[in-house]
Amino acid sequence: MSTKDNWPTWEVFTQQKNGAPHEHAGNVHAPDAEMALLNARDVYGRRQEAVNIWVVPSVAITASTPEDMGPFFEPGNDKMYRWPNYYKTPEGIKQI
Amino acid sequence: METNIALHKYCVRIADTSLILAQRMCEWCGHGPVLEEDIAMSNMGLDLIGQSRGFYSYAAKLEGKGRTEDDIAYFRNEREFLNRCIVEQPNTDFAYTMMRSFLHGCLSYLQFRTLVNSKDDTIAGLSEKALKEMTYHVRHASEWIIRLGDGTDVSHDKVKDALENLWQFTDELFEMDDVDQSLIKSGIACDLSLLRAEWDQMINEVFAKAKLERPVGGYQSKGGFNGTHTEHLGHLLSEMQYLPRAYPDAIW
Repeated sequence: MSTKDNWPTWEVFTQQKNGAPHEHAGNVHAPDAEMALLNARDVYGRRQEAVNIWVVPSVAITASTPEDMGPFFEPGNDKMYRWPNYYKTPEGIKQI
Repeated sequence: METNIALHKYCVRIADTSLILAQRMCEWCGHGPVLEEDIAMSNMGLDLIGQSRGFYSYAAKLEGKGRTEDDIAYFRNEREFLNRCIVEQPNTDFAYTMMRSFLHGCLSYLQFRTLVNSKDDTIAGLSEKALKEMTYHVRHASEWIIRLGDGTDVSHDKVKDALENLWQFTDELFEMDDVDQSLIKSGIACDLSLLRAEWDQMINEVFAKAKLERPVGGYQSKGGFNGTHTEHLGHLLSEMQYLPRAYPDAIW
């Protein structure tokens, strides 16, 4: 086992109820996956915030960079037709 | 023995064991080896406080003298505490703390798993909640025993030391007397002697993975559940009970 100084970090995703998406909750240090799961439960799930937890090694995440912001996201700004704004939502629908 | 008197004592024994271990686990708050374990240990301490509250409240009700759970927890002296001695042992280090939680937790888990079927509805209800908590505590402690035992030379030595020192308090986990016997007859209490084989199996499996040898023979301490304690309990109580004893009217 490595020492606590070089325990890897794990990204924690919690699901708040069945059927809901897993959402990023934060991260934990842990020597391996099983301990990461237990740590995640104690840090992010101890007050019944979750019904399911994923842990993923932080190094497995590939992220976009701030420099990517323009090319990645701005082209969406001026194209309203990409948004389904003109559909009518049936009454009483809560989740869509 | 009259059922209510026996049941009162039975509840206090369970509650005291949970409360004293809770106090020990919460001593780690702010001192954990890593942030995540600091939270984990305090969190398990809070689970144990929850268990003790349930059993103290029921004990107070059975007693019928108008005392509250706090009166029972904070206004008794060490010879009146009926916890198993293993839980009052000092934290010492992380390996020691995990070994203490593991040895006690396996039995506590098995005990609550049996008490879920108690003929006393309150005991059954309290046990159902506690069982879920102990399932997690045992899992957490087991994983650590395995990693420490099968880790570095230093971690192996520390967890081996902990096992050899704490082993003397393991027979006591199974100690019973006429309180237990009378309640076992009425289907309320749990016969701890029937849990020994499964407890042995639980710890043997983890020790095999952790490359730890189970101690054989040696001195065994007795009597915590009748008020005979090690020197550590008095110090623990002086800290735990200070505030309500100095300021008996203090409220949140």
